Amino acid sequence: MRITQGTFSFLPDLTDEQISTQVKYCIDNGWAVNVEYTDDPHPRNTYWEMWGLPMFDLKDAAGILFEVNECRKAFPNHYIRVSAFDDSHGVESLRLSFIVNRPSEEPGFRLEREDLRGRSMRYRLHAYATDKPTGQRY
Amino acid sequence: MNEPGPAKENQLAKDATDQVSVDLQQELRTAHIEEVLEKLDQELVGLKPVKTRVRETAALLLVDRMRKKLELASETPTLHMSFTGNPGTGKTTVAMRMAEVLHRLEYVREGHLVAVTRDDLVGQYIGHTAPKTKEVIKRAMGGVLFIDEAYYLYRPENERDYGQESIEILLQVMENNRDDIVVILAGYKDKMDRFFHSNPGMRSRIAHHVDFPDYTLEELLAIAKLMLAQQNYRFSPEAEASFIDYLKRRTQLPHFANARSVRNALDRARLRQANRLFASNHPITKLDLMTIEAEDILASRVFKEGKLDSDDVRADEADPAQVSN
Repeated sequence: MRITQGTFSFLPDLTDEQISTQVKYCIDNGWAVNVEYTDDPHPRNTYWEMWGLPMFDLKDAAGILFEVNECRKAFPNHYIRVSAFDDSHGVESLRLSFIVNRPSEEPGFRLEREDLRGRSMRYRLHAYATDKPTGQRY
Repeated sequence: MNEPGPAKENQLAKDATDQVSVDLQQELRTAHIEEVLEKLDQELVGLKPVKTRVRETAALLLVDRMRKKLELASETPTLHMSFTGNPGTGKTTVAMRMAEVLHRLEYVREGHLVAVTRDDLVGQYIGHTAPKTKEVIKRAMGGVLFIDEAYYLYRPENERDYGQESIEILLQVMENNRDDIVVILAGYKDKMDRFFHSNPGMRSRIAHHVDFPDYTLEELLAIAKLMLAQQNYRFSPEAEASFIDYLKRRTQLPHFANARSVRNALDRARLRQANRLFASNHPITKLDLMTIEAEDILASRVFKEGKLDSDDVRADEADPAQVSN
């Protein structure tokens, strides 16, 4: 099951050129661009591991694409996303975040039901991938 | 540059001449190269060979770009350069103009110049160099990376020096990311020659070698006048004569850094002028404030003891990275 988190996730995977264009847009807006990766696809897993520091002082997308490719080399079967942080006063949060790399196989999620008191029911999402310990998931 | 086979090229050239005609002058105008080159002419005194080289390089790149448009050439030409010359001969300034030219011709996307020295590239402990160098390279991507005194990267006397690691990363990037970055190495002629000799990989990756000659006495004087005019100062006729005298003596002394030494000498002259005006008791006119007199220049230690003024030694070794950025 293809997970859909962040911008452009319903589109086919972005090409490197498209990624560059998006990153260029972020840089032109003065946002700091990050590269992050994870192997836990749960939608509420907000904080991914950072690949190096946020890149504040770059002027061109090539530097970020370089880091994305380095990250892909190190984690070819992880989710990798590029996020852009806007530090302007009153915003101070992410403006854009999109996935640039995903595992070749995404096993998806299991829905778990739990009976509670009365006839109420609790639902839970469980990613099949997280059955295995970190590092062996994909 | 990878040329297509002769047969194919002939065919293409024939097609091109048959169908398309290009106006070189028009192309030149649309790229706005002429403005940059004129700015270079105005800003920098002398440096005839360098200006010619920049002009030639610009022409070559323009023609290359047109060839690319007509599909006569496919690969990006090697643009890495080496600027050799004594300190204060305008290497950084020319590099900045070069970045602008490359930007106008769309060989680099952003056209900014990142000026670095060994300190910015080489780390202090094992494993520190690679991230540091990569950081700088990333910052320079889309623009020009200007490495001043590049020969310090390679220290043959210390085989465990981390500079070699930095050079290897640079070489890799210069080869693989030719579309993203242009590297300009700068430094003294003889030391750069030795550097290239011991790093043949570096030499073969650099297409343009530009040599910066020392300024002549007249050029140095013209530079001094230009610098003064920019700050609304001027020489009195006697001061001009004594400044020529000063330059004659100064060029014989060690640590002469061309335009930078001129600027430092002028700074000291301004200091002495201010002191002189302060000490004089009669009212001061606007003209007094603007004029540098002979005594302001003759007070230099170069005249009295034939020695450098105390801060001139340091001035020569001042970090060139400060000049730009």
